[in-house]
Amino acid sequence: MADKNMPMREALRMALREEMIRDERVFVMGEEVGAWQGTHRVTRGFLEEFGEKRVRDTPISEMAIAGAAVGAAMAGLRPVAEIMTINFAFLSLDAIVNHAAKIHYMFNGQFRVPMVIRAASGWGDQATATHSHTPEPIFAHFPGLYVGCPATPRDAKGMLKAAIRDDNPVLFTESIALYPKPGFVPEEDDFVLPIGKADIKREGRHVTLVTYARGVEWSLQAAEQLAKEGVECEVVDLRWLRPLDTATVFESFQKTNRCVVVEESLPYYSVGSEIAAQIQEHMFDYMDAPVKRVSAMDVPLPYAREIELMALPNAQKVVDAVREII
Amino acid sequence: MAEIDKPMLLEWYRQMFLIRQFENQCDVLYKEKKITGVYMHLYSGLEATGVGALAALRPSDHVITAYRDHGIALARGMDPKVAMAEMMGKRTGCSGGKGGSMHLASREHNFWGGYAIVGGHLPLAAGIALESRYNGKDDVVLSFIGDGATNNGYFHEAVNLSAVWDLPVVWLIENNGYGMGTPVEVASGQPELHKRAVAYGIKDMGRVDGQNVVDVYNVVTKAVEYARKKGPVLIESLTYRYKGHGVSDRSYDKLAELRDWQQKDPILVLQDYLCKHFECIEEELKDIERAEMAAVHAAVEFAEDSEAPTYEDLISHIYVEE
Repeated sequence: MADKNMPMREALRMALREEMIRDERVFVMGEEVGAWQGTHRVTRGFLEEFGEKRVRDTPISEMAIAGAAVGAAMAGLRPVAEIMTINFAFLSLDAIVNHAAKIHYMFNGQFRVPMVIRAASGWGDQATATHSHTPEPIFAHFPGLYVGCPATPRDAKGMLKAAIRDDNPVLFTESIALYPKPGFVPEEDDFVLPIGKADIKREGRHVTLVTYARGVEWSLQAAEQLAKEGVECEVVDLRWLRPLDTATVFESFQKTNRCVVVEESLPYYSVGSEIAAQIQEHMFDYMDAPVKRVSAMDVPLPYAREIELMALPNAQKVVDAVREII
Repeated sequence: MAEIDKPMLLEWYRQMFLIRQFENQCDVLYKEKKITGVYMHLYSGLEATGVGALAALRPSDHVITAYRDHGIALARGMDPKVAMAEMMGKRTGCSGGKGGSMHLASREHNFWGGYAIVGGHLPLAAGIALESRYNGKDDVVLSFIGDGATNNGYFHEAVNLSAVWDLPVVWLIENNGYGMGTPVEVASGQPELHKRAVAYGIKDMGRVDGQNVVDVYNVVTKAVEYARKKGPVLIESLTYRYKGHGVSDRSYDKLAELRDWQQKDPILVLQDYLCKHFECIEEELKDIERAEMAAVHAAVEFAEDSEAPTYEDLISHIYVEE
């Protein structure tokens, strides 16, 4: 089968649909996933195809959506719960952190929690302070949970399928800005990408750009521009914040000896913080420059377009950061 | 409904006596620092609610509760040895020494555990009930709820979800009068907690005397039948905790109130009932008491002789790995 060009939302829809066909235990639940066809159209047509039993509209109850998914997963189903946007997942935080992530350990392996929480993430559309979060690192803080953040339609399909098939709870975020972006996607049913494996999106020998999700696009644009100046960037797409593929990061760093972390999230206690710490701890002898971070500005996100864009990372900021350490 | 006969009553007496002995022993062991940690919430005084309610279930039904979970675990059939080993943090405990007092569980008994975030287990109950409906089974979930938990968002969201999805859940409020130290009347605009059922459009099965195991059994049996065939039910059991909220907390300064409740102690209530209905039963009760005291003694010995968890235990079961 040839790869097919499609936007990321269609790749996610394909993955979810294939898994629902493959495994009767897989079902979706969440706000507006059924009759409304999904806020982001990822579950478009599902209610008609799979029926009310497996496509379950919920009340606006984020605590119960996540918590009921935990219970259903413990009992042997494989729920894929949609939290409309990650901003609302703060309401689900206890069910995710204190229950989904802890139950397997706390009861010494008696129960498994094979569930996926999908949530749209990101900002840049004047959604303002409470609707503009990219808090993936908060979730990645906790052992017991996996966190996946795809950057391309291809990865979105392979990663979501892996998340659904895995026996552990997975928080899966989908960048709102990436939903319409197209890319080639394998049509095979068994296209599954391994959990916790990073991907080199571009090879280079001078600087390693460590990034994920939307940051991959900015990093690739920056790499393109810098290549014209003779600076070759290697773009490492982490894909998963947990498990974190430090091996791939270190391998690249041993070659380039320089690193810029590119993230859509806020800078404090972030992926950038973690990668910088890991590199100084394990790669000290290879370091030729400080690890730089390109993050969102450390402010709540405002409404007005002019100042919102000032706070957002972009390719130019990545270029500037690379020039500082080259 | 099964006719309540003498063997059933004696079995309930056995369970209630076992729980009381187990909890008394835990209290002693805590003071001797053989049970450690900051959290231990004893079930003394609430035995009739747990034992009567669980007697209404069949083995394929499900049970889940909050952190005051020792009595529920024992009434569901957990071996006192593995329960006590968990209390002492031993690797032979039901949760390998990683859960402790608040996190007893037994998958083989469909006892889905004790949970320590108030209300946190309520949506789990809904999810477990969903699996039953999803797979065309008629098993129900019995979810215990502390009175304090009826005031947080989990209660609202989980009970409402059970209503809109017609889930087979028996929501059983153990109203022991206090959420930690705050009286129900201070914490709840509607202190008759069973009336919350009306707000969600689910079956209100009213209040039951939580000191009387026969009454609890009868009402929960009806509730289970209703949940099996139709959908969610709410019941409120009125009871009392003898030992305060938890071991780290101040105990009551309400001695008169405690004495009033001890006048209607659930074990004494059942004893009276048995003596009224069956002649010369005292000796049988004494035999039961001796056997259960021996069982608790053996549990302590087992736990004391067990090994502490190891580094391997520390790092195992963080993820499912195979």
